[in-house]
Amino acid sequence: MTKQTDKSRQNRAILYVVLWVFVLVLLFAVLLNGTDIRMLNPKGFVAQEEFKLIVFTTAVLLAIAVPTLFFLYFFAWKYRESNTKAKFDPDKKHGKFFIFCLWAIPVVFMLVLAPVMWVATHKLEPQKSIDSENKTLTVQVIALRWKWLFIYPEQHIATVNYVQVPVDTPVEFDLTADDMPMSSFWVPHWGGQLYAMTGMTNKLNLVPTTLGDSTGSSAEINGKGFAGMKFTARASSKQDFDAWVRHVKQLPGVLDMVEYESLLKPSENNPSAFYSMTEADLYDKVLMKYMGSHDHHMGQE
Amino acid sequence: MKEFLIGRLSMEALPHEWFTIGGSAFFGALILALVVILTVTKRWGWLWKEWLTSVDPKKIGIMYFIVAGFMLIARGGLEALMMWLQQALGSSDMPGFLGASHGYLSAEHFQQIFTAHGNIMVFFVAMGFIFGLINYIVPLQIGARDLASPFLNTLGFWLFVAGVVMVNMFFFVGGEYAATGWLAVAPLSGTEFSPGTGMDYLIWSLQISGIGTTLGAINFIMTILKMRAPGMTLWKMPAFTWGSLCSMIMAVTVFPLLTATLFLVFFDRYFDTHFFTTALGGNAMMYTNLIWMWGHPEVYILVLPAYGVFTEIVSTFSRKAIANYTSNIIGLIGVSLFALSVWLHHFFTMGAGADVNSFFGVMTIFIAIPTTVLVFTWIATMYKGRIRMTTPMLWFLGFIAVFTFGGVTGVMLAVPPVDFQFHNSLFLVAHFHSNVIGGVLFGVFAGISYWFPKIAGYRLNERLGRYAFWCWMIGFSLSFIPMYILGLMGATRRLDTYDASSGWQPFYVLMLIGGIIIAVGVALQLAQIIASVIQKRRLHDSTGDPWEGRTLEWAVPSPAPSYNFATIPQVTTRDAYWEMKKQGIPARKFEDIRMPKNTASGIYISIFAFLVGFALVWHINWLAIVSLIGAIVCVIARTFNDDTEYVVTAAEVEKMEETRMAKVRALHAEKDTGPDEDMGLLEFIKLVITWALNVIRTRRWRNQ
Repeated sequence: MTKQTDKSRQNRAILYVVLWVFVLVLLFAVLLNGTDIRMLNPKGFVAQEEFKLIVFTTAVLLAIAVPTLFFLYFFAWKYRESNTKAKFDPDKKHGKFFIFCLWAIPVVFMLVLAPVMWVATHKLEPQKSIDSENKTLTVQVIALRWKWLFIYPEQHIATVNYVQVPVDTPVEFDLTADDMPMSSFWVPHWGGQLYAMTGMTNKLNLVPTTLGDSTGSSAEINGKGFAGMKFTARASSKQDFDAWVRHVKQLPGVLDMVEYESLLKPSENNPSAFYSMTEADLYDKVLMKYMGSHDHHMGQE
Repeated sequence: MKEFLIGRLSMEALPHEWFTIGGSAFFGALILALVVILTVTKRWGWLWKEWLTSVDPKKIGIMYFIVAGFMLIARGGLEALMMWLQQALGSSDMPGFLGASHGYLSAEHFQQIFTAHGNIMVFFVAMGFIFGLINYIVPLQIGARDLASPFLNTLGFWLFVAGVVMVNMFFFVGGEYAATGWLAVAPLSGTEFSPGTGMDYLIWSLQISGIGTTLGAINFIMTILKMRAPGMTLWKMPAFTWGSLCSMIMAVTVFPLLTATLFLVFFDRYFDTHFFTTALGGNAMMYTNLIWMWGHPEVYILVLPAYGVFTEIVSTFSRKAIANYTSNIIGLIGVSLFALSVWLHHFFTMGAGADVNSFFGVMTIFIAIPTTVLVFTWIATMYKGRIRMTTPMLWFLGFIAVFTFGGVTGVMLAVPPVDFQFHNSLFLVAHFHSNVIGGVLFGVFAGISYWFPKIAGYRLNERLGRYAFWCWMIGFSLSFIPMYILGLMGATRRLDTYDASSGWQPFYVLMLIGGIIIAVGVALQLAQIIASVIQKRRLHDSTGDPWEGRTLEWAVPSPAPSYNFATIPQVTTRDAYWEMKKQGIPARKFEDIRMPKNTASGIYISIFAFLVGFALVWHINWLAIVSLIGAIVCVIARTFNDDTEYVVTAAEVEKMEETRMAKVRALHAEKDTGPDEDMGLLEFIKLVITWALNVIRTRRWRNQ
């Protein structure tokens, strides 16, 4: 191929790439208009902190990635074969300073990130309770095949695939599972996820800060009904929460061992359900089921 | 009695659903067509002697390419399109069809597809391609005539093939694959939650091919350490060989872990033990821990040789030695060392606590240091070079664009609190596809188009290669940018259906469109290979050195003779062939060459290994025991075979070299001097149609 066509081909390619990037930006700008990008739209204290970290790490990383990309593509263009004016130095030797920069630049960037990360990881450790003037609300969560059971031990109520909490109040979700593969409890608006596993409790501390409904789900694959294992997560005012608790207590549903056994049976796409509780220590019983006992059936003692 | 004879096999295991009937019909037709063609053309003996029993790493390399390429298109790629189609149709307000409640796949079927997609792409496509490249190129780059243990290599390859057959076997018998995700996390993979045979097929296809990988890796470590040409010290080795060495050392380190873990899962399933069960003291978290101790290094096993490929390509096409070779190689070694100590970042969300999470997070972001150094050395290599924009170079530039996305998001995911949000979301899926497609697959494509002249004797059609590249880039951006966005919107991975109110559907549809464009790119790559075969006279490589290469593989003619080097080169510097060209190539002195004999032992052992696996899937204990004994007997028999080499005398070598040179001169003389540009798409389609019409008219495949 001649140098001329080679050159025009390359110019055309650059033009097309720029055009394509432009088209993509336009396309996504239109598509994203009015959608809810949950992670960039936090509605809880933890999600807010995590969002800040996302922004910070992105900024730090782009500060190294953008110049790198720029120089790479700039050199690829500048030292192209058809550009005979550019210097050609096939035996170029790189000095000590070059080698120093080669290693120092990434090291500096990672040394900036590492301490921030260490502090943030300890601050946002999900098992750690969050300080607040409001008293922490405990919600016990049992992952069942394929639904979420929420137990309010202090309010003596329980729900399926629906959780309501007062806004600006720290909530401790005690996560476990019963007769269920590992599942992951995740409400993106409120904050990051944590695994729910049989025979142990994982504590996930969150503080919803904005009124309204969000969606939660299991983020970890756990079998056939995985996609339908969703729940509504509502943050309401303290008054509305108390009223809701009173309302649930008046509903006919009662969660006793018989009802629990029926919940244990696999089922998919379950609607929300509401119960008042008679078994105060149901959550502990579920935990104990897997703790060293060789008796696989519960409720027989 | 029946249960003793055939275990759990029954008529119900035979194909009866649309996908098993379709799959088995497809594979059946393919096998039938191959049998007919081989019989009609009387090529059975040729196939057996020249290819199947060959111990030549170059032929084994090509067979790896064929198997991996086939699995990429027929299984992994097709499954990707099937998943995207399901997700594009999976909005909850749309009716389902083919009996599914949403889209056209049931939840179980969808879950089997993404499990198989992951297993196949990692084990049988990426690993296959990487082993193919290493087989063909490493011995040539280090100036060796064969491998330290040619038998181990063929055994490794045939165990890989046994794994491939095993992963497709459920189409014929069983009807289901595992629905657990590619790593088959416990306790989901236990009999309690996955009672079917699909999970057993997963265990045995990974187990058998994994053992093959370990054996192959041992062989390549020995080969690289012991069989280098005189004068080639470790610090004079080409970058691709370095990448392969690091990768193989990692493979030997972690693959035994995979083997052990899979055995424990097998014990849980077969003998009712309780390593990873929920009840009776099993610990499922231990499975996650063990499998990722293998699983994380595994992706680096794939990508390190690819880094080496890019280093070779940048250096060759910039016409410069790699800038600061030492830093580049230390970068490769650094990546492999860090890669062994970061596996816990795959389960920050399991609740290990802040200290543990921070430690592994810090280790993970430190991987970015050697990786960035690698990228910097590539940039510095291009600086003041003379860069030829060939297709391998295009793949490199595309790799950088995609891989930067993958790297940046990778460091973000390494920050534990950020990971709590991103984990198990489509953001994570988009991240690792950026790395595996951008890094490994683009690396393989770059490597294949770079070394194709060495493998085939003619270079690839550049024009169709460029078209394919742009299809891949456009398709990739349309598929994976929406995937990142969906992740940020809170979409978890592995969803076959989602709420219509979520507003996700347009992005899933875009992903499907991108997938179709990538498929067009793959079709163009096939067209590229066919067009190059048609045009091979014009693209003929008469020198053995079409790119003005720097390393030893370009010192031998294309395609390389079975013994690689008639005279073993004496190495004095890095870029040994570049130096030889400058100093003047020394006169050749012919000598007797000892070459390994062909052997079918690898095939027999693999057949027995396959039977062991198949028998254990179906609980046919007698067959498992008999096959295991068969495999062991084959191994012992092989060790007593002392007659494994033959000698090519110096006179024979000289004669072969002369015949080869005469052939090359003849081809060169009749070199097609048509228009200078490689054929384009229209010309290619025209040629194919003319050829097809000609076949119909004359009933002959070739022009006489």
